Amino acid sequence: MKVLVSVKRVVDHNVTVRVKADGSGVETANVKMSINPFDEIAVEAAVRLKEAGIATEVIAVSCGSSQSQETLRTALAIGADRGILVECEGELQPLAVAKLLKAIVEKEQPQLIIAGKQAIDDDCSQTGQMLAALCDLPQATFASKIEYQNNLLTVTREVDGGSETLELVPPAIVTTDLRLNEPRYVTLPSIVKAKKKPIDVIPANSLDVDIATNLEVLKVSEPPARKPGVKVGDVNALIQKLKSEVNVI
Amino acid sequence: MVALVIAEHNDSALRPTMLNVIAAAAACSGEVHVLVAGEGCAAAAQDAATVEGVSKVLLAEGAQFAGGLAENIAAQVLAISGEYSHILAPATPFGKNILPRVAAKLDVSQVSEITRVVSADTFERPIYAGSAIATVRSKDAIKVITVRTTSFAAQGKSAAAAPIEASAPISVSTRARLVSKESLATDRPDLTAAKIVVAGGRGLASRENFEQQLAPLATKLHAAVGASRAAVDAGYAANDCQVGQTGKVVAPQLYIAVGISGAIQHLAGMKDSKVIVAINKDPDAPIFSIADYGLVGDLNEVLPQFTAGL
Ligand SMILES: Cc1cc2nc3c(=O)[nH]c(=O)nc-3n(C[C@@H](O)[C@H](O)[C@H](O)COP(=O)(O)OP(=O)(O)OC[C@H]3O[C@@H](n4cnc5c(N)ncnc54)[C@H](O)[C@@H]3O)c2cc1C
Ligand SMILES: Cc1cc2nc3c(=O)[nH]c(=O)nc-3n(C[C@H](O)[C@H](O)[C@H](O)COP(=O)(O)OP(=O)(O)OC[C@H]3O[C@@H](n4cnc5c(N)ncnc54)[C@H](O)[C@@H]3O)c2cc1C
Repeated sequence: MKVLVSVKRVVDHNVTVRVKADGSGVETANVKMSINPFDEIAVEAAVRLKEAGIATEVIAVSCGSSQSQETLRTALAIGADRGILVECEGELQPLAVAKLLKAIVEKEQPQLIIAGKQAIDDDCSQTGQMLAALCDLPQATFASKIEYQNNLLTVTREVDGGSETLELVPPAIVTTDLRLNEPRYVTLPSIVKAKKKPIDVIPANSLDVDIATNLEVLKVSEPPARKPGVKVGDVNALIQKLKSEVNVI
Repeated sequence: MVALVIAEHNDSALRPTMLNVIAAAAACSGEVHVLVAGEGCAAAAQDAATVEGVSKVLLAEGAQFAGGLAENIAAQVLAISGEYSHILAPATPFGKNILPRVAAKLDVSQVSEITRVVSADTFERPIYAGSAIATVRSKDAIKVITVRTTSFAAQGKSAAAAPIEASAPISVSTRARLVSKESLATDRPDLTAAKIVVAGGRGLASRENFEQQLAPLATKLHAAVGASRAAVDAGYAANDCQVGQTGKVVAPQLYIAVGISGAIQHLAGMKDSKVIVAINKDPDAPIFSIADYGLVGDLNEVLPQFTAGL
């Protein structure tokens, strides 16, 4: 079974994001970029399926500028076999990404597509579901467990009030939650090996996909700050404040 | 201009936070309809009919909706979407699972997790774990929106009930099937709607400690229990207790963070709480920077005193 994994280049989760003074966006010049953590989990899941003899090939796809090749290299170092960069400049909305990925899905015909449940920059949580709709594929979002047996995918999902288990007939789409796995530590030899793996670069405009968007970002601003608080000496003082100062208990 | 709200419900009633989604819908458009899809969910439709500002409830009943599969509910929404200017759902696992499918089929963008309706086409939404707020305008004919429920005041109930109309159930063939649901029974209030939340982090150090130290305080305060990702990953608390960027967003009257350091991803889920209390043994823990009241101390001593002192 061929597995396709989508990977996005995002601002590293340890970076404190700052809003640009002119309100046009956030400062991304000279900040550390990394693979979206949920996509790292997605690649790990795919590679484990390969190690278990279920997946035959793991392909990582990223849509974005040529710098996204670094992100693909991370995926290859975890163990993906080859990469595809759908190259374009500028910001891409989830719908555009889903359309570009659909073109790749049609070409590669994977049996399983794994995406992150959300990208930590824009926190949209849309792309996988949109791709599923565009390709008319069954979906299992927010997965905490994936199993494959007798040509059936069994996926446990994290939902409100507990979890649920879905059975999907491939080809299908799964999006990853944090508890699906803990991605391996990438070693130096695997990074070196990843440099030799192939990455295909496909210009987005060669795919005949409309990536224009009707969503316009008018401005980006700082969230309102909280008033500074106080430290209290002991539990009694705390209870006193909660009762009389703010009346919340 | 009519807005359609997709109801999250348990067959007998709307989920309480749907009142906040309906409030957001009312801010988008003068007229609001609610779609209740399920099997044996007429009572939930009646509940929806009595929410202020709702002028019609559409009830779609069928076995295909029982499991809440995204494929089936999205198909139902699409079948009736033509009449609407806005389609809204809560930014919960339920809404996030379904709505992007609807948006993609309509070939429109989705505006995720809005926190404010500026006008019928302009919305605010947090990005980068709440480190920034983006104001976005959608020029799509149909605006597809998920709503952060804690950012909108709940809509009231009205004395007169709106009419309930049957919506012919759509059947699609899907290659997904719900096998089982494991519900964690709890008699505590819903985390996203609770007035008080008591949340524990890695500092609790074990599941037993979480149960024996933190839970009694929550019980005494009639509070919901929350947790940091570290506490959930370590198995101290159930996954649906996780508060944060990738868990639930809460904004109670009172949030008590115990043994939680205050990582940005955690703050993303609770910093809009009205009053924040932090209990941590490290005086420099970042959580203190957003707490209204901080108490530096060992939680193993503080928690029993707190519970006893109430
Ligand atoms: C300040 C700011 C300004 C912006 N301005 C604009 C603008 O002017 N115009 C505009 O069109 N957009 C703009 N955007 C949106 C753009 O940056 C986001 O990339 C887009 O909305 C995608 O959202 P997401 O990644 O959160 O999607 P999600 O749906 O959260 O992503 C889920 C998963 O989809 C997959 N995925 C997502 N993107 C890719 C990708 N590129 N390649 C491969 N896989 C992917 C990954 O597996 C990921 O885990 C702006 C965003 C910000 C923060
Ligand atoms: C992509 C991504 C998404 C994430 N999403 C989330 C999310 O949704 N929610 C979330 O919470 N995290 C999330 N995280 C994780 C986050 O970055 C932190 O790792 C996590 O919140 C830390 O949890 P914690 O505060 O319980 O643990 P720690 O950071 O280890 O803090 C424990 C605290 O307990 C205190 N303590 C220890 N013992 C005692 C004692 N006896 N008495 C009093 N205090 C004590 C310590 O001083 C310390 O401050 C995410 C991370 C990533 C990368």
